[in-house]
Amino acid sequence: MSNLTQVYEAQWYEASARERIAGLLNANSFIEFFGPERRTMSPHLAQFDLTGAFDDGIVVGRGRLAGKEVFVAAQEGRFLGGAFGEVHGAKLLGLLRAARDGAGRGGPSAVLLLLDTGGVRLQEANAGELAISEIIHAIVQVRSAGIPVLALVGGRSGAFGGGGIITACCSRIIVSQHGRVSVSGPEVIETNKGVEEFDAKDRALVWRVCGARTRYLSGGTDRYVKGAIEDYREAAITLIEHAPPFALATLTAEQQRLTERLRRFGDCRDAPEIWRKAGVPEPERIADLTDDVFLTIQRIKGADHDAR
Amino acid sequence: MTLDEVLNSLFPSGHAVERGPSGTLHGTAKVENEGDVTVIGIVDGTPLGVDGAILLAGHVLAAMEAGGRAPIVVLIDTSSQNMARRDELLGLNEYLAHLAKSLELAAANGHRTVSVLYGRAAAGAFIATALSSQTLVTLPGAEPSVMDLPSISRVTKLPLEQLKELAKSTPIFAPGVEPLFATGAVTETWAADRPFAQRLTALLGQAAPTSDLRDQIGLERKGRLLARGIAQQVAAEAGHA
Amino acid sequence: MEHFQVNGKVNRKAGGDRHQAITGVNASGNLEVLVERVLPDHECQVNVTTAVNGFRAIWEAVIEEFFKRGAPGGLRFWINDGGARPDTVSLRLMQSVRLMEIES
Repeated sequence: MSNLTQVYEAQWYEASARERIAGLLNANSFIEFFGPERRTMSPHLAQFDLTGAFDDGIVVGRGRLAGKEVFVAAQEGRFLGGAFGEVHGAKLLGLLRAARDGAGRGGPSAVLLLLDTGGVRLQEANAGELAISEIIHAIVQVRSAGIPVLALVGGRSGAFGGGGIITACCSRIIVSQHGRVSVSGPEVIETNKGVEEFDAKDRALVWRVCGARTRYLSGGTDRYVKGAIEDYREAAITLIEHAPPFALATLTAEQQRLTERLRRFGDCRDAPEIWRKAGVPEPERIADLTDDVFLTIQRIKGADHDAR
Repeated sequence: MTLDEVLNSLFPSGHAVERGPSGTLHGTAKVENEGDVTVIGIVDGTPLGVDGAILLAGHVLAAMEAGGRAPIVVLIDTSSQNMARRDELLGLNEYLAHLAKSLELAAANGHRTVSVLYGRAAAGAFIATALSSQTLVTLPGAEPSVMDLPSISRVTKLPLEQLKELAKSTPIFAPGVEPLFATGAVTETWAADRPFAQRLTALLGQAAPTSDLRDQIGLERKGRLLARGIAQQVAAEAGHA
Repeated sequence: MEHFQVNGKVNRKAGGDRHQAITGVNASGNLEVLVERVLPDHECQVNVTTAVNGFRAIWEAVIEEFFKRGAPGGLRFWINDGGARPDTVSLRLMQSVRLMEIES
């Protein structure tokens, strides 16, 4: 499938899945697999009176990132919230399995997952949930074969639900300001536990709890970039060289850092409490800072790690 | 089934399994022809949050550090992931992923992982436990789901009655053992006509699965008619790139 | 849900030599357009899928106008509609022809 020869949209948040790929990879290097011309759409949407997408909301393929061959998957966060359905999930699964099978035999040097998802597509709930689990297993296999898997998050849908879990199964994670990474969505928490627990309409609260800056400062992601596609590209090029192995030592270190996080901040109700305890300057003003100023802040102790 | 009934029926030769904090379970048990197995669990309908997940992952890592290849049996009667501001603030996605990764690594390192669902499991808790083991079996009374129908109705804006009607003709979204068996998530459903201990011995006596066959199984059982073929086609196209 | 097809004869064939292109997203107020160069030079076809029923006459009017102004000879279009307004539909159709005209 032909891709755009020009990138019209330079900002990650505003860009479509295809625009992100075009801006991320070397110009004209992207070759799509199982493209929209096949019109293999979800058979499960019509019964809900929903129209589909020709690529079922995910673009998969290969291309070049600087000097390296990579596989890429990009979710279209504006189609049904970028959610995982049967076809969507199977496309990503096939890509990962190919990466695993190609290890050491001319396969890709890395897999880039441009996640933009609310999680499981409820109209196809069981297929979506299973796909997420199959994808997690496949990511583990790809990493075990020595191939880094990078998560790039920062679109309209964030990385929620199973998408949040997939994110944290990747070797390295890149986010920008608009990104959110979480499991339960704010509305779901409010519905289940009440508005006192979580006022889903309080956008500032949403970003303090699951937004990119909180994740980055606490070590929940590995890079925070400004919002241009070019910024993601630079970060990805660097991080491919610094991916931790999938091994007992890595998970043991992760066990330690996650235990330590609970010990230090387990009784905090909001992000500024964490920043205060951790000695981060101006804890109440983190959200107000420009990206340039935010990037000068030192992360909390232990946030710079490769235990993932 | 109560937890004690489950423990006694799975491990009649004896077990040293105890409840821990945050609804977790941990210990060892004897399985005929297998010797000691590690048992962990999330029980009493307790949602799986950061505290439970880190404890369970710790037990899995300890089992690996102990060496050997003892199977790990995961007993599950949870609900969903813990839906709380605190858990999300602390990065619940990392804790659930860490547990999933730990179970995956254990299996890769030769510890057979078997999840036994005897109560509820939904959404993120389902992914991090039941779906992260090589085999998932259900006991009578199991209630696996992604999301309950009333919530699906709310989000999709389709009336509940219509959803229930739709669920009769497709296993693609409805909760319950049958649809999750049909789509390939549940490996085996264990009825009480044969002792569970025997079934467990038989299961662990089989060769460990060498790959994730759930999409293949979903196709064979007609629950997921497209996934397997598409994954294969994409892989083939990528392989010949 | 409605599916319908509009065929047309047009004077000019679409420029460029690209075989296919895609633009837009099936989201609220938007639409996705897939286009393939598979028809004889002076023929054109648009296939529409929409969950907003009862507007076929408007779709046909927009598409007929596009046939006149857009020079899409030889092209077959597929549309997944998310409830787009007519001017958005026109825009996407024109955009898709533009993409086909890019030197490959």
